[in-house]
Amino acid sequence: MRVRFRFTKHGKVRFTSHRDVARLWERALRRASLPVALTEGFSPRPKVHFGLALSTGHESMGEYLDVDLRPDDVGSVVVDDLPGLLSPLLPPGLEVTLAALADRTEDSLQQAVTLCSWRIEVPDLHVDCLSDEVAKLLARSSVEVTRERKGKAVTDDIRPYVHLLEVVDGVLFAELGTQPRGLRPGELLAAFEAPATEGLVCRTHQWISTDGARREPLAAA
Amino acid sequence: MDSIWPQLERLLPQVAKPARYIGLEDGAYVATRTPEKAGWLLIYPDTYEIGLPNQGLQILYEILNERTDAFAERTYAPWTDLGALLRTNGLPLFSVDSHTSAASFDLLAFNLSAELVYTNLLECIDLAGVPVRAAERKASDPLVVVGGHCTYNPEPIADFVDLVVLGDGEEVVSEISVVVAEWKASGRGDDSRTHVLRELSHIEGVYVPSMYDVTYEGPAIRAVTPRYPDVPERVEKRTVADLADWPYPKRQLVPLTEVVHDRLNVEVFRGCTRGCRFCQAGMITRPVRERPADQVRTMVSEGLRRTGYDEVALTSLSTADFSGIEQVVAATVADQPNGNQVSVSLPSLRVDAFTVGIAAEIQKARRTGLTFAPEAGTWRMRQVINKLITEEDLFAAVDSAYSQGWRRMKLYFLTGLPTETDVDTLGIADLARRCLALGKNHHSSPSVTISVGGYVPKPFTPFQWFGQNTQVELQRKINLLRDNLRRDRGVALKWHDSKASVIEGLMSRGDRRLGPVIEDVWRKGGTFQEWSECFDFTNWTDALETHGLSLEWYVYRHREEHEVLPWDHLSAGLHKDFLWQDWRDALAEVGLPDCRWTPCYDCGACTGYGIEHVVASAKPPAGGSQGTGQQLVFLGRKPEPVGA
Repeated sequence: MRVRFRFTKHGKVRFTSHRDVARLWERALRRASLPVALTEGFSPRPKVHFGLALSTGHESMGEYLDVDLRPDDVGSVVVDDLPGLLSPLLPPGLEVTLAALADRTEDSLQQAVTLCSWRIEVPDLHVDCLSDEVAKLLARSSVEVTRERKGKAVTDDIRPYVHLLEVVDGVLFAELGTQPRGLRPGELLAAFEAPATEGLVCRTHQWISTDGARREPLAAA
Repeated sequence: MDSIWPQLERLLPQVAKPARYIGLEDGAYVATRTPEKAGWLLIYPDTYEIGLPNQGLQILYEILNERTDAFAERTYAPWTDLGALLRTNGLPLFSVDSHTSAASFDLLAFNLSAELVYTNLLECIDLAGVPVRAAERKASDPLVVVGGHCTYNPEPIADFVDLVVLGDGEEVVSEISVVVAEWKASGRGDDSRTHVLRELSHIEGVYVPSMYDVTYEGPAIRAVTPRYPDVPERVEKRTVADLADWPYPKRQLVPLTEVVHDRLNVEVFRGCTRGCRFCQAGMITRPVRERPADQVRTMVSEGLRRTGYDEVALTSLSTADFSGIEQVVAATVADQPNGNQVSVSLPSLRVDAFTVGIAAEIQKARRTGLTFAPEAGTWRMRQVINKLITEEDLFAAVDSAYSQGWRRMKLYFLTGLPTETDVDTLGIADLARRCLALGKNHHSSPSVTISVGGYVPKPFTPFQWFGQNTQVELQRKINLLRDNLRRDRGVALKWHDSKASVIEGLMSRGDRRLGPVIEDVWRKGGTFQEWSECFDFTNWTDALETHGLSLEWYVYRHREEHEVLPWDHLSAGLHKDFLWQDWRDALAEVGLPDCRWTPCYDCGACTGYGIEHVVASAKPPAGGSQGTGQQLVFLGRKPEPVGA
């Protein structure tokens, strides 16, 4: 049985890494005494599957985690109660907002999610300048950038990854593709002509696209 | 008090591992500050990853926060990147709990467990916005307190600290809190700092360096004398008589980011009487005080349930000597508090087959490596250091481990020990090769890793009179081993930087004249000296030269019997003549058995303080080696009072 969780990452806890969050979840699941399935072998690990990594320092309104439970022991588990059970066992700022049964035959979160929505503060740039940069970038048919991937410098066109880019109330909103490489907010800003660094960044949504329609892995109620 | 979080938050994206600075650990207290309470900032002057798991700091954090007249928060040394950013942005050192400025606390209390962190002590005081020299501090500045194993000789840092606590802190922090709370109530007037320090010097276990004068006779110390009649001539360490009264930490901190020893840690006993002559911890923490086995069991099961950890370490100086070990291990394996298999680790394994049996009991899975510490390569050398492990013990332990599935052995050794010859040094390589040969009977590719440290003589040990090997000599011995093992596939050699051992030795037995040396090195940016990427030997030797001091005097020289040692006005309970006799016995290659199970030889630790060993079982643990299952008479003279 697979349960999918949606959770947020806000405030001080945003400075923990993806790996840190994985460990925090493993301990919370043990503290909740959930019958988490374990891998086989000499060093059994809990069967938990994380979604796309969130950079250290970024906030999120929609992170996801799939947890496999042992089918024989799930009788006592009430899925709707899990957010209330787990949130107090996680540090402040990591809050479980939804839990639901998930289909084990579906693609993993990392494969299924194709697009993320971002809220990006750009404190270096005045709002007019920011709007100007957005217009210029959208007007280009290709945007070649060189960035680092696994220690190697890779040059590619990031323009196809930019699905939406707009300035609302002085803040940059973006929808950026995740496949095959993913475009990070910082890399997007580096493609601007004016030098700009990111301020507070929040992933507001992750999207799964199927047949032209898009949906969240777990829709907010 | 205001939090500096809003300013700090903007800097954290620029630094490595920012989760070090956010706090939020499970188990952390949200302290309520009131003007009446004595506010403690407990500081571990190394990185968060090293400092957070420190049990001593966590114990005091809980004890202080349970009091109504005190509160405590914590911090750790900011790494160099954040340290620089704090300075350029005009921000102070802060607590990780509430991100409040360090100078807003009444006490900055440092846990010093290694000498090489002394420059970080200055760095933290300075980042707090407090004068680094105690003499320059005003009534409005916090008191700088230090404790921990290094502070049995605090003389090199005497210029920078206001008070030193010797021994167990559980009781004394409360006594200090009472005096500090009164000081606050008095309004901390302009000249009140000296008064409160003098008042604090009356507390047993508290040493106030500024209340003592040191006189010299050439390079030697003539005397260290109190400046006032009410200040004690000799400061005795504090000892908690029964660990059963102190079931701390009750709520071990669970960090958000990875740290060393990232598991539940339960202290099963304090103190050790094996009498290894190089081991300061074993000498200064006497007598042995065991925690009752059922309390250990409760602390383990409650702790695992509360933290969500799946690993617990039973900590002490030699956990296999814990008389309840079998009971506790069986209970822990059976309890499985979170419904999953719990792994138990014994950080300090004794070298014998019995111990391997226990390890096999608790480590059903993941049998990869086991670590033993024979410490020296020949039986003669082990008699000198009183680590009475026979070759039979070691080979039985190693063979048993290989036969039960472990494939990698790690062996710890010291080099540069008193009377050591190249035969002893090369004995290390010989032992490693013979262990590897045993492994080949059981596995196709076993491995042995030997880790060699340069020996540094420590105060309050029988070797406190011994002239440390020079840096050149230590390096020569390491090279000798390296060359000797060059062709041995399967044996890996690791060693500590001999230059760092020399500076550790300088601080270990130094005196107040080293204060300016430490300050010079710190001013040149020499922080995090225990990190090899930051350690700079030349900084130290330059500073020594500037101040007309030498390694020869402080490190390499043998001390005389009647020489005044810089720490003679402090006491770990051990009689100096006991230590001297033990030093003579060492040179005569005479061993001394463990007094837990043999008659008392009056080292002073029990008799002086009117306390006793707290050992659950009067019978030595089964199958042991030193002072346990063996006939000891052949090892030397029978125990008898010495120097009485």
